[in-house]
Amino acid sequence: MTAFTINGRAVQVAAEPDTPLLWVIRDQLKLTGTKYGCGVALCGACTVHVDGEPTRACQTQLQDVTGRQVTTIEGLSPESSHPLQKAWIAEQVPQCGYCQSGQIMQAAGLLASMPRPSREEIVAHMDGNLCRCGTYDRIVRAIERAAQEG
Amino acid sequence: MTTTLQPHTTALSRRSFLVTLGGAGIAVAFGGLVPIAHADTETVAAEGLALNAWVTIAPDGSVTLVSPAAEMGQGVKTALPLLIAEDMDADWDKVRVVQAPSDAETYGNPGFYGIQLTGGSETVRGYYQLLRLAGAHTRKVLLAVAATHLNVPVGELATEPGRVVHAGSGRTLSYGEIAALGVLPDPLPQASEADLKPADQWRYIGRREVDRVDVPAKVNGTAQFGIDIDLPDMLHGAVLRPPVPGERPERIDDAAARAVKGLTRIVPLSYGVGIIGESTDAVRRAKEALVVTWSTDSRARGYDSAALAQAYRDIGRDLTQHGVPARTEGDAPAAIAGSARVVVADYLTDLVYHAPMEPMNATARVIGDRVEVWAPTQGPTGTQGFAADAAGTTPDKVTVHTTLIGGAFGRKAEADFITDAVLLAKEVEGRPVKMIWSREDDVRHGKYRPLAAQHVEVGLDRASAITGWRHRVVADSIFARTLPEMFKSDGGLDTVVTDGTIFNYRVPAHLVEFLRQDSGRDVGFWRAVGYGQNVFGVECMIDEVAAASGVDPVALRLQLLSDQPRARKVIEAVAQMADWPRPREGRALGLAYTDAFGGHCAEVAEVSLDRDSGEIRLHEVWCAVDPGVAVQPRNIEAQITGAIVFGVSHALYEQINIVAGEVQESNFDSYRILRLSEMPRIHVEVTPTPENKPAGIGEIGLPPIGPAIANAVARLTGGVRLRHYPFLPDRVKAALAG
Repeated sequence: MTAFTINGRAVQVAAEPDTPLLWVIRDQLKLTGTKYGCGVALCGACTVHVDGEPTRACQTQLQDVTGRQVTTIEGLSPESSHPLQKAWIAEQVPQCGYCQSGQIMQAAGLLASMPRPSREEIVAHMDGNLCRCGTYDRIVRAIERAAQEG
Repeated sequence: MTTTLQPHTTALSRRSFLVTLGGAGIAVAFGGLVPIAHADTETVAAEGLALNAWVTIAPDGSVTLVSPAAEMGQGVKTALPLLIAEDMDADWDKVRVVQAPSDAETYGNPGFYGIQLTGGSETVRGYYQLLRLAGAHTRKVLLAVAATHLNVPVGELATEPGRVVHAGSGRTLSYGEIAALGVLPDPLPQASEADLKPADQWRYIGRREVDRVDVPAKVNGTAQFGIDIDLPDMLHGAVLRPPVPGERPERIDDAAARAVKGLTRIVPLSYGVGIIGESTDAVRRAKEALVVTWSTDSRARGYDSAALAQAYRDIGRDLTQHGVPARTEGDAPAAIAGSARVVVADYLTDLVYHAPMEPMNATARVIGDRVEVWAPTQGPTGTQGFAADAAGTTPDKVTVHTTLIGGAFGRKAEADFITDAVLLAKEVEGRPVKMIWSREDDVRHGKYRPLAAQHVEVGLDRASAITGWRHRVVADSIFARTLPEMFKSDGGLDTVVTDGTIFNYRVPAHLVEFLRQDSGRDVGFWRAVGYGQNVFGVECMIDEVAAASGVDPVALRLQLLSDQPRARKVIEAVAQMADWPRPREGRALGLAYTDAFGGHCAEVAEVSLDRDSGEIRLHEVWCAVDPGVAVQPRNIEAQITGAIVFGVSHALYEQINIVAGEVQESNFDSYRILRLSEMPRIHVEVTPTPENKPAGIGEIGLPPIGPAIANAVARLTGGVRLRHYPFLPDRVKAALAG
């Protein structure tokens, strides 16, 4: 059994210690907002926070989060109230939406450490999160909006 | 798709039938206002008055509208119900949208073979009239009930969003109050095109930007894509596929796989090895532990993409080889032979992969001859056929729940991922199996856009006027596999592969030929399909002709489009947006245009070039688009922008390489797609022309951007032409070196 905290809730999970956190979150904890995109940390769709740090869940093993705090998109805020979520709706960012949980979690890590990032800082921080629909412009706008209105 | 997608048009009969059916629906609903239940995972059965197959109104005034098409990011789950809302005068703020069940008879697209298949930019175009009629029908029913209740002639009544108003007495009845009455007019009114709101009375279409209904769930993790399906007692599945398509497992050593904790079953299949287990991770481990000896006699083993590109180019050039004519206008070969000058070029486009962020997946449950499928499918109707084939039953026994789709771009109209899930589910009858492809499977087992060569010859007279245009497309066929009967009845023409060759430029003689190849590897529909490759050839050639004639490429286009006011308008608009005549230091502009999918779209690219590395830098893109009726201009802008991003990505980076039948790419490290830091600045101007029908807007933004970049590079470099997608640095350097 591996014990850790997810979205503020203490959990104990029975799975092989080297199981990717992604599949523990999705299959066992039934939190499917965190997405599988590539499995090898190339796309960012599985981004969660581990102790507040944006982390690729597909390349994090269950044993790596023992005793740590994991936050998924479902736990980012109650009722979509995080400034980024509000900005994402205001800017109508998503198209297919599949990458957006990861985009938002990645962006949340940025704003937590850098409340007023420049455009260049946003681009540098978000560049590892792929979006096939091409919503990049609105992602940047939403982050800028959240930074202003946050 | 072969089992169910028969080309036929039921548009008119369907239209009248549906509204009549709506009447039948009301009669059923009347006996106590029974809820209409939609067999859909996200649907809570709507309670209230079902006015027809599309609309249910509850006593509290909430309106439930059915969206018949798949939402894959293009916004149809908002745009389609908005059409109903428009003509029924619904209050959009009280509208809830549910996904239609798999039921082509009721929810098929009248403009797309009468089936439920979301693709070809046909959705808003195809459903436009039908959904507006459904709205108008609803409104007439509501008015008739209100007239009886208020005891006034129906002609004295009007509607405002969500209510019926009697101006004479000042009385109003909300739609909820009418639904609560629980009475229906007898006979039921019918609706015709004469009942549709004139454009100047529209409240929503092109007038009010509404938020997309699918967005809130996409920012908090609650949006349910196919891969998120979770059912009681569900098992997980995967399929190990051979390195070369068409091979079979000859020997399966599954000792190590069977030792994996949580493994349920290994399932030998004709085309691979299935794995069923208790979790995604168990299935993944077992899949990695399988040792399979594959057959070595697949035809696809001979496939070598680099060699094929050269071979196809040679076929294009060899005028003794004839293809199937796609267009014959005058005698182009003779006109070209008699020309003062001939401009000739060959354009190549490599295989490209869809790369949807959500990999292929599907969930299936088989009980007896009944099959239930939950899938991110573009085509519920096709899926009924695919699943029936796999399960050995008939399509009417198959229920399909269309989930949200995490990107599709043509790939999720295919059968393979559905077949996988059903074959696995058959092994554990009664239990659902969720089958997921790995990204590596997704990359290597794509149904790529065909590798194609285009040979284009244009004759010019002494005054540099075009005398004839000959365009030869050399490629494998998509329809030969997916719609074999249509392919045959069209005499071997594949219009989806030749799309884009038949342009609206005025030329005295035009010959388009399709020289079908059969390389032994499946090719498929990829965003904009034929337009994506052929508009590259056409629009580059226009610039090559302009350069050969010493005329401005914008001026040449406007001249060739003198009788096409909509085309001229977008070209003039984009030239103005980009300040076309202004020279840029170290940069140049290129323009391209297309009239794909019922709309008109022109784009300008501003590029610079690192001559040492061969890297193209794309700085700005301007786009002017005429979508006809613009249902939601803000969404059109988003779609066009997304298509430009997709188009830039494929023109600059994307390439599937196949060596001895094996795909060399496997994930996003080797298959590069455009990322945020590589974004140009994109400016889109949407200019609706509401007197025209709505165009498809999910794909039209893609075709022009590649040729716009190539044309810009040529203007920057004094005529160096890039004629091979993608424009990789090595190819650019080779072109610069001549």
